[in-house]
Amino acid sequence: MFDNDPVLLSRILTYLTLGFHAIFATIGVGIPLMIAIAEWMGIKRNDPHYTLMARRWARGFVVSVAVGVVTGTAIGLQLSLLWPNFMQAAGHTIGLPMFMEVFAFFFEAIFLGIYLYTWDRFKTKMRHFLLLIPVVIGATASAFFITTVNAFMNVPQGFEVVQGVITNVNPLEAMFNPATPTKISHVIIICYLTSAFILGMIAAVKILQGNKSVYHKKALHLTMVSAAVFAVATALIGDLSGKYLHEYQPEKLAAAEWHFETEEEAPLILGGVLTEDNEVKYALEIPYALSILAGFSPDTEVTGLNDFDEDVLPPLFVHYFFDLMVFIGMYLAFVSVLFAVINWSGRWNAFNKPLLIMIAAGGPLSLIAMESGWIFTEVGRQPWILNGFMRTSEAATTSDHVGLMLILFAILYTVLGVTFVFVLRKMFKRNPVEREMRKRGITNYEV
Amino acid sequence: MTYEVVGITVLWLFLYGYLIVASVDFGAGFFSYYSKKTKKDHIIHGVIQRYLSPVWEVTNVFLVFFFIGIVGFFPDTAYYYGTALLIPGSVAIILLAIRGSYYAFATYGAEESDFFSFLYGATGLLIPASLTTVLTISEGGYITVENGSVQLLYGELFGSLYSWGVVVLAIVSVLFISAAFLTYYASRAKDFNALELLRKYALFWSFPSIIMGIVVFFLLGQRNEEHFMGMVDLWWMFAISFIAFLGAVYLIWKRKMYGTAFILVMVQYFAAFFAYGASHLPYLLYPYLTIYDGFTNETMAISLIAAFVGGFLLLIPSLYLLMRLFLFDADYVEGKK
Ligand code: HDD
Ligand code: HEM
Ligand code: HEM
Repeated sequence: MFDNDPVLLSRILTYLTLGFHAIFATIGVGIPLMIAIAEWMGIKRNDPHYTLMARRWARGFVVSVAVGVVTGTAIGLQLSLLWPNFMQAAGHTIGLPMFMEVFAFFFEAIFLGIYLYTWDRFKTKMRHFLLLIPVVIGATASAFFITTVNAFMNVPQGFEVVQGVITNVNPLEAMFNPATPTKISHVIIICYLTSAFILGMIAAVKILQGNKSVYHKKALHLTMVSAAVFAVATALIGDLSGKYLHEYQPEKLAAAEWHFETEEEAPLILGGVLTEDNEVKYALEIPYALSILAGFSPDTEVTGLNDFDEDVLPPLFVHYFFDLMVFIGMYLAFVSVLFAVINWSGRWNAFNKPLLIMIAAGGPLSLIAMESGWIFTEVGRQPWILNGFMRTSEAATTSDHVGLMLILFAILYTVLGVTFVFVLRKMFKRNPVEREMRKRGITNYEV
Repeated sequence: MTYEVVGITVLWLFLYGYLIVASVDFGAGFFSYYSKKTKKDHIIHGVIQRYLSPVWEVTNVFLVFFFIGIVGFFPDTAYYYGTALLIPGSVAIILLAIRGSYYAFATYGAEESDFFSFLYGATGLLIPASLTTVLTISEGGYITVENGSVQLLYGELFGSLYSWGVVVLAIVSVLFISAAFLTYYASRAKDFNALELLRKYALFWSFPSIIMGIVVFFLLGQRNEEHFMGMVDLWWMFAISFIAFLGAVYLIWKRKMYGTAFILVMVQYFAAFFAYGASHLPYLLYPYLTIYDGFTNETMAISLIAAFVGGFLLLIPSLYLLMRLFLFDADYVEGKK
């Protein structure tokens, strides 16, 4: 089917592994923070419901960490197996952040192990809470380090190539390249946002199913107020990412926006289809918006696709992924802020059915936004693996067996994904929160 | 010491760390499955669970550390090993993935199932077997490089006595190291039934492991003479290894000082592993790649070493805390906490 093209097959396999890993990576970075917020509230308000929340979230979290760890190990090795030429070059330039990432994992893994098995072993609750801080720091630091690697792929710097040999390497300059600030902040904040929405979704579904326990209301309130903060921050940082693209990767921005003619007062195009001769049809146009996204003012000149060499342009379907991400970003901000405002004003019932349904939808939607963001930024960098230096096609393995591996890994991820869902459901069905409250002597009341 | 030697020493240390902690884990999986089949699982199950649950993730990081570190210090290894090892590497990933996730599923999620514990036991033996392929092919003769394309010779790999010898050595070593550690852990837990059983396992696997060590030593002589001569020059390290082995078996036999016995097992493998590694130098992949031509640039080397020192200072206290809480806390080990 694919003519056994190792490059194409390696791309598909990388896509599969990273796409699968990204789900667990994202919640792996975000959920420790949510657990920390819940445990902190439990201590500060002396409210056992929040402490129980932290306990139950942590229990589900371990299972997702396990899948995160094994799929992460898979990409870590697969990068060398599938992209040996890229890793050879990358080792010389960005070995440092990758190496530090492992320390971050190490640190996180040690304290996560301690945290999980010491709930009742310390004299004060505060001491147990403190164990979570290294977990949060370790998870966020690992996202930080690995994302600098991805930033480097977009703006490679901090080295020189003299006659095909990499020299004059400056690892810190490679790490802190112009793509780093926006990428890191965007990636980390969306991890928090996605995790808050996933946990919020669980509470919303419980309430929709008619469960009246105060536990779920508290959970929903905590997750949605956090989500509102994260969602607004995500949109602001996303806007800065657009300005970064305008500066450093204008071809990616133009491809995302189907922007053909270089002009000022450029409109933002939402949705639509592209005809044979590159005409945009059925799209929603927001006047000036692209110029504002690119540079704060309508007078910003945005370079169009026609001004680039066709040979280095990414596929134009990335437009849809960009739109999807931004649309969902707006949706998540709207829903969470609405909930927070209604609940705070106290005039209406924030736990009404339509709003709960919208919150529940936010869980899967936030994952879709995350995947779309990665697909947009990765496919939008094509044909380069190291922007301007190495093409994806030059980086891949030459082995003939990638197709077989692709099939094996597809089976593996399917089995892992299915068992993951199955195990989580079973785990919480067997031990519903009401039963656990009774067992621990926590008063449960309905509101 | 040159940066090259510092780099490879650091990596080798972590690989040794993985060898020990992963062996304990892999072997435990096998014993737990085996004892289930022979209806003795009630005896040792508790001991195994209490030790493994908090530390399995840490074990995995040792491995990640090694393969990310080697690409950082020696980027050319990504090119050679990366291309050659697509299939064995992928098989190892899949086995590791199955093992890690199903362990977590069984421990935290669903109740015990025969199927999960079978996977856990079987992968425990298959993973060391597949990982040793890397050491085997580093001896040379299993890879060809023709106009820039690296190929692994599967016929040669599966048909050679040496590569099967290494596989068997790996498996019996895993079982021996693991049994020796669990014997010690059971003795600390004052779980005397478990202790008796695990002590028997340790003694049972001790002799196959030393015999295989000697067999592989001589098989290597036929594979790679240069390396073999290097090992003979380091005979004293192998002698230390052998004496440590005798000491460990003696102590376990006499039911004395199980902690010291396990430390001696660690010394036994440390000496042999470093003698093997040191005599392999300067080659990373015989005869194509040495630590000198595959090395990263100097700036990167210095920053990696600096990062390593910094990271290590962070890890030592954390690891100490982990061990204090789960390994040396008598109440926890005895199951009172
Ligand atoms: C090491 C840095 C790195 C990081 C942090 C990411 N990726 Fe990436 N990605 C790569 C390194 C990379 C790569 C291995 O270098 C690829 C292979 C081909 C290419 O151009 O880059 C790639 C390709 C690639 C492709 C295929 C593009 C194509 O071939 O058309 C997709 C869809 C993704 N990645 C998705 C992701 C996801 C979901 C990530 C979230 C975890 C992610 N990337 C993070
Ligand atoms: C190409 C890119 C990536 C590589 C090579 C990579 C590598 C790894 C590895 C080797 C592990 C297992 C670590 C262990 O054994 O404990 C892992 C797990 C993880 N990764 Fe990734 N990763 C990548 C992308 C990402 C991204 C983009 C994020 C976050 C935004 C991320 C966050 C995580 C998290 C949270 C885990 C969970 C396990 C843990 O925390 O220990 N990773 N990754
Ligand atoms: C609300 C408005 C949003 C805007 C304006 C926005 C903007 C952007 C831009 C311009 C990029 C490309 C950056 C680059 O290639 O360097 C990007 C990447 C990305 N976005 Fe968004 N985004 C928004 C919301 C979201 C949401 C809600 C999510 C997920 C929940 C998300 C996930 C991602 C991810 C994972 C990437 C790839 C990492 C990166 O390149 O930073 N984004 N976003």
